[in-house]
Amino acid sequence: MEYLPNILFALILTAGIVFFARNVKKLIRNIKLGKAIEVNDNKPQRWTNMVRIALGQSKMVVRPIPGILHLLVYVGFIIINLEVLEIIIDGLLGTHRIFAGLGSLYDILIASFEILAFLVIVAVIVFWIRRNIIKLQRFMNPEMKGWPKNDANMILYIELVLMFLFLTMNAADFKLQQLGVAHYVEAGSFPISQFMVPFFDGLSTQTLLIIERSAWWLHIVGILFFLNYLYYSKHLHILLAFPNTYYGKLEPKGKLENLGSVTAEVRLMMDPDADPFAAPTEDSSTAEADTSEPEKFGASDVTDLNWVQLLNAYTCTECGRCTSECPANLTGKKLSPRKIMMDTRDRLEEVGKNLDANQGKFVDDGKQLLDDYITREELWACTSCNACTEACPVSIDPLSIIIDMRQYLVMEQSAAPSDLNNMMGNIENNGAPWPFNQMDRLNWKDES
Amino acid sequence: MGSEMKVPTMAELFASGKQPEVLFWVGCAGSFDDRAKKITKAFVKILTKANVSFAVLGTEESCTGDPAKRAGNEFLFQMQAVTNIEVMNGYGVNKVVTACPHCFNTLKNEYPGLGGNYQVLHHTQFLKQLLDEGRISLEGGSFKGKRITFHDPCYLGRANNVYEAPRELIRKLDAELVEMKSCRSHGLCCGAGGAQMFKEPEKGDKDINVERTEQALETNPEIIAAACPFCNTMMTDGVKSKEKENNIAVMDIAELIAKAGDL
Repeated sequence: MEYLPNILFALILTAGIVFFARNVKKLIRNIKLGKAIEVNDNKPQRWTNMVRIALGQSKMVVRPIPGILHLLVYVGFIIINLEVLEIIIDGLLGTHRIFAGLGSLYDILIASFEILAFLVIVAVIVFWIRRNIIKLQRFMNPEMKGWPKNDANMILYIELVLMFLFLTMNAADFKLQQLGVAHYVEAGSFPISQFMVPFFDGLSTQTLLIIERSAWWLHIVGILFFLNYLYYSKHLHILLAFPNTYYGKLEPKGKLENLGSVTAEVRLMMDPDADPFAAPTEDSSTAEADTSEPEKFGASDVTDLNWVQLLNAYTCTECGRCTSECPANLTGKKLSPRKIMMDTRDRLEEVGKNLDANQGKFVDDGKQLLDDYITREELWACTSCNACTEACPVSIDPLSIIIDMRQYLVMEQSAAPSDLNNMMGNIENNGAPWPFNQMDRLNWKDES
Repeated sequence: MGSEMKVPTMAELFASGKQPEVLFWVGCAGSFDDRAKKITKAFVKILTKANVSFAVLGTEESCTGDPAKRAGNEFLFQMQAVTNIEVMNGYGVNKVVTACPHCFNTLKNEYPGLGGNYQVLHHTQFLKQLLDEGRISLEGGSFKGKRITFHDPCYLGRANNVYEAPRELIRKLDAELVEMKSCRSHGLCCGAGGAQMFKEPEKGDKDINVERTEQALETNPEIIAAACPFCNTMMTDGVKSKEKENNIAVMDIAELIAKAGDL
């Protein structure tokens, strides 16, 4: 029975990792429901972007207060994870503070973990106040009601509890070390948890052991729970920010991709030798692109979007910096770039669950991204100004989704607002968005 | 004064075997919109003064397709693009300058993929070059000490990272450049981009151009400088809605320079 804790630990650890892996697999499958596109150009620039934007948090600190607070939590979690390594080894081998042999280096490490844990607690409390007391505008938009709000607070609570458990574990350990209890070698330096030690005065060794063990177990189980909470939460950004910034747009923000399927048709139309009545040939030797299957223009559902756009959706952590800079949203229109991303993710999740429930085959549920999630009113309110893409700290591109959905509305449904139909009719007929004759284009030079 | 303006077309130059240094892409607003035509003329005056050999496409120019593309009509956009590219490639165009950031963005970023490869400059970049090369000289004159705030056009600034050229030109006028609270990469849109110019806004509690105008007014400007014909319209309307049109002028950078040089 001596090995019972080790076995139990190994089981819990395995369960946590297996369950997480299962969710990661599902995540990858869902992202791959998007259209295939090649995004492997200019790798050095992509790595640079990832290092600068995700690892280096360069866009977070554009807003200094949340930027620095976020940096604390981010650095805290990365560094404190070193401690998790020790916990896992201890748990599996039944050792206690196996790295204690590092001597003074160990003291420094534990001390820095403690200080970071304290800073994380401070940052998390400020974050909570910003969301729940100050009620910053960007956390109060309509799309933040219900689950998104609870999810955000839940993350803060979990982080708070984890840090508190970590410090409690250290404090009890420190007290046990002072008491010279066997197994509790004197190791580590406890600049923060030393202040918790007085609370343990007068407790029996037995009680202290229970406190220390409970905190240790709850801490590691809590971490495994948090790992598995990610998939169900906006918090996936802690992992996906890295690939997302890697695959982010490298070209000027103003550049929209030219649709290849349209180019093929336009070329055919402009070709004086093309026979408009020719039957489509099986071999596409004459056509530049493969036009055998008429491609749907634009996007009405998540599977019409490309996989980077779907990755974007899972990466979004709903911070709302995009929405707080969106001119349409600022002036009371329904459009919120954050909601575009949230809707895309929610619909993608729904499609994923549909696949799970039907042995991997999608069964029509009579729903789609357009209208059931994102309304036309939202899509038409966008000025394509790129404030949202500029504001996003992790290179998400809501604008590309808006444009793809407009393409569907216009090219598949002819459902543009009538003003825009007039504008497009004018361009078609006289080469200008207004009803002026192209032959009058140079009249200005003779007008005074 | 209009009658004195010499504006050669590519066709005319081509007929006499000549090739201009640069094609001036006038754009639809610059050709047809009464307010924007003044910007076009101001720019032509500067080009003429600087002895820049330029030409326009005139009746052979057609909408770049920008508003169609942003409205989702990729088909119409590409038809326009391919037609324009055919014309420009036919004349062997290398360098294009335009006073419209929307045309600028489309010509620069979206035409290459369809076979149109040109060096494309926004007029503020081109004017900055002329200044650096000593082909134009700028003296403040009437603008000396005036408070000017610059409204970043989205398609020049965020879309293409051009923030400094227009500002340096304003500074060269000895004017006092004052920044709005949202400027450069955080510049607030005027509300016209993405084909909004051609439709009524969606329901909201304010028009975007009014919001932006309020930001501009906070800087207490004498002049709101713009670098886009659509921004110009939107800001002009915004200033009117605040009944400030008698105190505050909305002017394009080209107009500032032309006026400073008494052109």
